[in-house]
Order: sequence, then C-alpha cells, then structure tokens
Amino acid sequence: MSGFTRHRRSGRIIATFSGFEADLLRSLASQLVELLRNEAAVPHEHADPLEAMLSFDGPTTEPDDPVLARLFPSAYAEDEEAAAEFRRFTEGALRDGKAAGAATIIDTLEDAGLPPQLGEQRLVIDVELDQETALVWMKSFTDLRLALATRLEVEQDDDAYWASLPDDDPRAQAHDIYDWIGLLQETLVDALG
Amino acid sequence: MGSMATTSPVEVEPDLTPDEMTLTAKPWVTIVWNDPVNLMSYVTYVFCTYFGYDKKKAEKLMLEVHHDGRSMVSNGSREEMERDVQAMHEYGLWATLEKQ
Repeated sequence: MSGFTRHRRSGRIIATFSGFEADLLRSLASQLVELLRNEAAVPHEHADPLEAMLSFDGPTTEPDDPVLARLFPSAYAEDEEAAAEFRRFTEGALRDGKAAGAATIIDTLEDAGLPPQLGEQRLVIDVELDQETALVWMKSFTDLRLALATRLEVEQDDDAYWASLPDDDPRAQAHDIYDWIGLLQETLVDALG
Repeated sequence: MGSMATTSPVEVEPDLTPDEMTLTAKPWVTIVWNDPVNLMSYVTYVFCTYFGYDKKKAEKLMLEVHHDGRSMVSNGSREEMERDVQAMHEYGLWATLEKQ
C-alpha cells in the first residue's frame, strides 16, 4: 500500500488498490451512507406521528447515535436554543453532503472495475481522481475515520493500548483499518497540497 | 467592515443603533476543538483551503488546537461564523461559535 500520488503529466491523483482493499473501502462507505440515511432526520419532540411525518423541519436535537453526534456536533456549546435552530437549518444539508461523498467513493471504485461481488480472481483497482473528486474522497475519509474512531472509542495517544491487543481481537482489526485509512488520507492530503 | 470608517470618514453612519455597532465590531468567533482523530496535515490543509490562510498561519492555528485543545480560527458577524462552523462540520472538524 503506497497510497495516493499526483501523476506528474496528467496532474491527476492516482492510487492502486487490491480487490480486497477496494471492497473494504466500498463496504465502509456503504455503511456510512446507510447510517446517514437511516436514523430519521426529524425532530424527536414531535409527539404526534402524523405531525412528525408532515414536518419538513430539520432536526433540532443532537442525534442519538454517537457517530452521528460526532459528525453533527452542537454549534453552540452553551446555548441550547441557538444550537437547535442551527441544527434545524444545517443538519439536513450536512447529512446529504456526507452521504454524497461516501457514494462518490463507491461509484469511483466501481467505475474503476470493482465488481458488485468480489470473486476469487486477483484484482487490481487503479483509481484516478481529478482535483475535485480527490477533495471529496479526502473529506469522506475524515467521516469514515470519525465513525470508526467513535465506535472504537479512540482517544488521544492511545497507540500503546491498541498495540497491546491480541491480533485476533476484532477491535484490534478494526483499529488496523482505521490506521490504514489514516495513512491513505495522509498521502491524499500530501498529493493535494 | 469596521475599518472602512477610519479610511473614509464621509461614510461613517451616525445613525447606527448600538446593535448594529456591535455587529460592525465582529464580536463572534469560530472555535475549532481538538479531537484525537483528525490528522495535523489535514487540519492545516482545511485552514489553508477554506479560510485562505497561508501555511504558516494555518499551522500555528492547528498547533493551538492540538496543544491548547482549542483555537479561535475566525471572527466576524454571527451569520458569517455560522457559515464557518457549518463548513468546518462539512470537513469533519469539531467547531462551535460563541460571542467574544
């Protein structure tokens, strides 16, 4: 895994993934899209279900899911009313933007030859991004990393803890994937910069 | 545009209400908070790209976030700061706005 580089002649940002790696990225991006679209983005305080269905307002309270709460944090730390108002007008658009970003990763990988189902054959997926798409990938990598880190409860300077887990611990494996996307993102920032 | 008044006194508006004068003074700030996830290079990149800061200033702000836990990254009217906070959330940075 060497990550992303800028192709000198075309100026495009390129990376090569194995079929397994591309399939893993697609799977994580799909899960993020699911999460963003699933938890209903409607205010929780609607007691009447009909009223809730007819309301086109954005949500006003922090999402229940901790990943969504991290992706859409309160804009006002000490003013609940202003935070609710801000959320009502922004969370819908933010959700759509993040879902569209993750969908772009999926589309790019499939356009580059990733089949719907990963077969037995060895695959090499060459990804070529223009500047704009590379920015979308870079932002979406942030969302993926935030999602994984929130689920794993990653903290500042806790590398020793993760290194101490046995290799077959599923949390250690998930953390390896988190680290891997971090390395990918580092090369992407570098290629864009 | 608070500084306009000093360069062209003709445009000073004597009729500003106290509220409007407060707005002119850009009393709202956008704060970016530290998190254990975002890469230092990424945060610097966002500050350069979105705010148009040069690399030196962007790195200084990034290091403030990293070491002090928070940094004031922009100031302006409440509406402007809401736009900045929304943009930071788009980039996945943890940001809030408050009155200075």
